[in-house]
Amino acid sequence: MKPVILAATAAAVGFSAIGAASAEPTAVQWWHAMTAANAAVVNQIADDFNAAQSEYKIVPVFKGTYAETMNAGIAAYRAGKGPDILQIFEVGTATMMAARGAVMPVYRLMKEAGEAFDRNAYLPAVTGYYSTADGKMLSLPFNSSTAIVYWNKDLFKKAGLDPDRPPKTWPETFAIAAKLRTAGVPCGFTAAWISWTQLEQFSAWHNLPFASKADGFDGPDARLEFNNPTVVRHIAKLAAAEKDRSFDYGGRTSEPEGKFVSGECGMIQTSSAAYGIFKNGAKFEFGTTELPYYPDVPGAPQNSIIGGASLWVMAGKTPLEYKGVAKFFTFLSQTALQQKLHEVTGYLPITKAAYDATKESGFYAKHPGREIPILQMTAKPPTENSRGLRLGNLVQIRDIIAQDLEAVFAGKEDAQAGLDDAVKRGNALLAQFQAKIQ
Amino acid sequence: MERRVIFSGRLFPILLLTPQLIVTIVFFFWPAAQALRQSVERQDAFGLSTEFVGAANFAGIFADPAYLASVEVSFVFSVAVAVLALMPSLLLAVMADRVVRGANLYKTLLVLPYAIAPAIAGVLWLFLFNPSFGIVGSLLRRVGIDWNYLLDARQALLLVILAAAWKQIGYNFLFFLAGLQAIPKSLIEAAALDGASASRRFWRIVFPLLAPTSFFLLVVNIVYAFFDTFGVIQNVTQGGPGQATQILVYKVWYDGVAGLDLGGSAAQSVILMAIVIALTAIQFRFVERRVHYG
Repeated sequence: MKPVILAATAAAVGFSAIGAASAEPTAVQWWHAMTAANAAVVNQIADDFNAAQSEYKIVPVFKGTYAETMNAGIAAYRAGKGPDILQIFEVGTATMMAARGAVMPVYRLMKEAGEAFDRNAYLPAVTGYYSTADGKMLSLPFNSSTAIVYWNKDLFKKAGLDPDRPPKTWPETFAIAAKLRTAGVPCGFTAAWISWTQLEQFSAWHNLPFASKADGFDGPDARLEFNNPTVVRHIAKLAAAEKDRSFDYGGRTSEPEGKFVSGECGMIQTSSAAYGIFKNGAKFEFGTTELPYYPDVPGAPQNSIIGGASLWVMAGKTPLEYKGVAKFFTFLSQTALQQKLHEVTGYLPITKAAYDATKESGFYAKHPGREIPILQMTAKPPTENSRGLRLGNLVQIRDIIAQDLEAVFAGKEDAQAGLDDAVKRGNALLAQFQAKIQ
Repeated sequence: MERRVIFSGRLFPILLLTPQLIVTIVFFFWPAAQALRQSVERQDAFGLSTEFVGAANFAGIFADPAYLASVEVSFVFSVAVAVLALMPSLLLAVMADRVVRGANLYKTLLVLPYAIAPAIAGVLWLFLFNPSFGIVGSLLRRVGIDWNYLLDARQALLLVILAAAWKQIGYNFLFFLAGLQAIPKSLIEAAALDGASASRRFWRIVFPLLAPTSFFLLVVNIVYAFFDTFGVIQNVTQGGPGQATQILVYKVWYDGVAGLDLGGSAAQSVILMAIVIALTAIQFRFVERRVHYG
């Protein structure tokens, strides 16, 4: 009875005799947090990979926001049903790295699967965030961005400013913002992801430590150090500018982007990946430029750091599944695919070859401003203050920082007191994280 | 007065209870037991290492100024929500009780907000009052009011209180209306014949007779404000600015889900569990006793 059914099924679905004999492709689960156009890109990549070979089948599954995806992955791992590949946002990096038994480091995965893998092919500014202190890559960067400045050219014209000359330094930024206000623009500039742009990026860009131990790269006993005079002075200036709305705080994460798209604010500092949102939503001409710096800070500007997410491989899978993951990662790193990803999504290319190919194709000449994030991130070789952050509980630390900044901007605390408080409360969380993993 | 249904055996009643018992055990007792266990443990996010820490999580909570601030916020929030949800609904119920024509339409419309999930209610209020893209929010700014709940703690708290209270008015309205309709008309008519004014009739007769309903609703509303308003907070303020709108249940979620601190979060849930048990006990002691089953 059984062979008859098998043969009939095989015939019905049009398999050849050989097809029926070979096994089903090995499924590789990929949990991600990409929405809208980026989700379409994820599905396209999976389809392309599945069409290119028949041994493995990538199954992309959308799991909600970054935090929700991370939680889903962790909960599934605890239940013994984790995915093979899990997309984790950059602030979750330290948590993943500390979970040694739960993840399969990418460098080991590639070695054991026998896939060619040269970490020098990747942009160091990107991979540095996801590598150990001695340069071993633990996760594969997937979507990376950095903070840049966008300015509204129409509002610049309205205020009698040169629409093609954005501010280069912080003093210029405040001066231009004040002029915009005088011209009747409701808000000079705003900043999204307030902790990321005004403290984390700011510290790297000015070559200042955000935390000790090379921003946490050298060990979990790192403690926050952003209550230094340069940062305090900067936050005090922002708070002063908040009074006359030449700077206007608009929320902790991406909410302020609405204030720029609507034409309320003349400038915004936010992720380079917001480019597509502005391109689609803004009814005015805008440009992109590098983050401003204080000229009196030695070494500034240094280089900015990345945001975005990387792909982590979960532990406890079969060698066959790992082989599939490794093949998929090689596929993902191809120059042509990376180039397309970069051009379509606004995220950064992760390999040098993809960057060079984009340059040669004339893409940047046609789309000026799209190269800004890479130039800004690769301007100088990273120092120990500008490789990125490797801090546990960073999600909550960011919220603590935002809470204290809100108090400072509301005029309830001065900048020094606010930052001291954020350091104190943040350090309690770092100590808690350290205790938990040791 | 006591009435009893007598079953001949034990098996049949147990069988009838089983579905409800299974639901209760799986969705209430089991998670509660897990929370109790996790509240005395310290565990990393992936569950790779677990350590028994005794009461350390509880000690940590009570030493944390953020938690104590959250307790304060919760009490202000719940009392304000309860009062603001009860008073207008009593007024509306009294009004609706008098309406003769189109009474059902009024009643349906008044109950409608209760059918909206807290998360949706939160989004509605967000779109109305956001200082940048909210319709009312930008109007307020245009007329010169410095409306910015992203930085102004009092405005933020006011906004989430209003949003949470608004959603509960329909529910309270229904109970008050039922309470009003249960009051014998003869009592009110007798008072009217004796020359009592409308306000005197309300305060001397209607209001005291509504007391059991009011007390029941007070407890229910406080429980609602404590536990069911997560969606409103999450969508409107995310607990901010600072920690001005971080109520206890939001902090449980935040520390457990966003912060992956399972021990601390579980300890906080255990405290919340104690609070809800206390509230339920109060309710049974003072309200259920007076209710006559039969």
